[in-house]
Amino acid sequence: MTKKTMREAINEALHQEMARDPSVIVIGEDVSGGAGGSSGQRDAAGGVFGLTKGLLPKFGENRVIDTPISESAIIGAANGAALAGLRPVAEIMFSDFIGVCFDQILNQAAKFRYMFNGANAPLVVRMTVGAGRSAAAQHSQTVHSLLTAIPGIKVVMPSNAYDAKGLLLQAIRDNDPVMFIEHKMLYNDACEVPDGDYTIPFGEGVLLREGEHATVVATGQMVKLAAGVVDKLAAEGIRCDLIDPRTTSPLDTELILESVRETGRLVVVDESTPRCGLAADIAALAAREAFFSLRAPVQMVTPPHTPVPFAPELEREYLPDAARVERAIRSVLAH
Amino acid sequence: MTTEQLKTKRDKAVSSDTRQKSGLTREQLLNAYRQMRLIREFEDRVNAECLTGAIPGFTHLYSGQEAVAVGACEQMTDADYIISTHRGHGHCIAKGCDVIGMMKELHARRDGLNGGKGGSMHIADIAKGMLGANGIVGAGSPIALGAAIACKLRGEGKVAASFVGDGASNQGTVFEAMNMAVVLKAPKMFIFENNGYSEHTGASYGIGCDDVVKRIEGFGIPVFEADGFDFFSMYEAVGKAMEISRKGGGPTAIYATTIRYFGHFVGDPQNYRAKGEVEMYRNEYCCLQNFRKRMKETGELDMASLDAIDQEIGALIERAVQEARTAPRPLPEDLMKNVYDNY
Repeated sequence: MTKKTMREAINEALHQEMARDPSVIVIGEDVSGGAGGSSGQRDAAGGVFGLTKGLLPKFGENRVIDTPISESAIIGAANGAALAGLRPVAEIMFSDFIGVCFDQILNQAAKFRYMFNGANAPLVVRMTVGAGRSAAAQHSQTVHSLLTAIPGIKVVMPSNAYDAKGLLLQAIRDNDPVMFIEHKMLYNDACEVPDGDYTIPFGEGVLLREGEHATVVATGQMVKLAAGVVDKLAAEGIRCDLIDPRTTSPLDTELILESVRETGRLVVVDESTPRCGLAADIAALAAREAFFSLRAPVQMVTPPHTPVPFAPELEREYLPDAARVERAIRSVLAH
Repeated sequence: MTTEQLKTKRDKAVSSDTRQKSGLTREQLLNAYRQMRLIREFEDRVNAECLTGAIPGFTHLYSGQEAVAVGACEQMTDADYIISTHRGHGHCIAKGCDVIGMMKELHARRDGLNGGKGGSMHIADIAKGMLGANGIVGAGSPIALGAAIACKLRGEGKVAASFVGDGASNQGTVFEAMNMAVVLKAPKMFIFENNGYSEHTGASYGIGCDDVVKRIEGFGIPVFEADGFDFFSMYEAVGKAMEISRKGGGPTAIYATTIRYFGHFVGDPQNYRAKGEVEMYRNEYCCLQNFRKRMKETGELDMASLDAIDQEIGALIERAVQEARTAPRPLPEDLMKNVYDNY
């Protein structure tokens, strides 16, 4: 076992699965890069964040497909290739661009199995989410809540390199459409990642910290943030359960409810906006299924209901930070 | 689209001399006629069943356009793929979907082709290479492109085709798919099927340029024009296109002009159509009559065998309706079947 960044872990998963299964293809803008360029160099990008680097030289143009900037055609092609028996891994770069190809996700991929009497559509759509790089309102959104609201697609959101590899291998082998959400601020974070093959089942969250005083549920980049706060409070004797659901559809409701029934206090930290979002969804779950265990109002720590701002100080203001997470935990403990 | 324009297109269409023998076997000819007659009969009956309320929902009929679907699909095997439109029954039948299963599906029955959960706009049979009718105009072309990518990767000379109505021909998704198909040299066929109307608006209004064929050619895709009322014209045009795509020559297109006999949907009052237009097309532009005429002229088939097919199809559709009417309805628990996450 060696330390790998999330970028390396995802890249390794793609290499290993393409080698293992000849039906896996990768398709998207610049997944190799360099086609038609004046240098003649292929694999010039390997994806804008380098996640698909090295695939083209190894697996060739028929399986590593650079496309024009045509998101509807990319996701549509992934849909068709999946129906025709391949296992496409499509990349739409920034998750914000699902706006361009939403029909192929909302009306096509999500409906095949239900509408077509159980048809398999084993595609994965990889996309980056998240604020933190001053990429402004159209390159920084976190769209998992939007996608989780659609029945018929699975939504996966790893918070670390280990989970990223195991969840991606699972996603590619899954027979249904999977939205694989990568946080751009986590790509350089490293942890121990096995070199070999392993999968992490969907719908199984992980309990990262244990404590009887409060339950903290966090996703994606927010897991790291929440863990810092939970560890800090532990030094004061405030002990929290910290849960990373890892997949938002399906959602490990049992793990969350079991914890809330013990602690009676719930804080949800999520980077999507608050209206009809995952935090509200989990808060409603607790209200519905664990109402009589709750000893304090559920706290949601999310960005405000605004687009993501460009200016670094505004973006910092937008994103949940350690102080807000700490305030939220202290506030549920005050009851 | 006026009659004059349709005639012009017929002049440009791929077609062998209609007085000559077709070169197809007796079996192929009978099958082509059977498939077209099956679609016509199916749609006429579906129209009636919709009007009585036996078939729920939105239904769009293909009558009048049969030669397009059948001419194309008779060039294909189950290993070739097609994707259809919201007016999909004809394409489904032409590609070999079971008509009894289809009739049950339209009647929303549990053992319908989609388990009663798709309906008219979503009939699919993946095993037959039929990737679905599609309720979203223009959505099919990118999906068929994906199937074409699979065909290319497998290297078995198979092709994936999308049927594209004149309405869909103006959708950005179709333009994206055309360009990407050229870039990837995918064995992808775009079958443009201009039936004169995009819903309630004439095709001549919605298509801004004077020449759709040139617009398609502008993408770098060779186009074969076909007379959408003539099985042989379609069959030959698609055959020429297939030869290019099967040999790795990249995408191709067919441009066929045709007309729909019914409205946009069952029940459409069709106020946008001139009086007598439909009757004129039914009388003068009928693929079944055209087929019979040629068979009579060339003597390739006797009229009695075609009459026998008419009888056989009539009985089959009657049986389909009777079976559909008595087939079991979905059960409440079917609501949650084929769901990933029982939240």
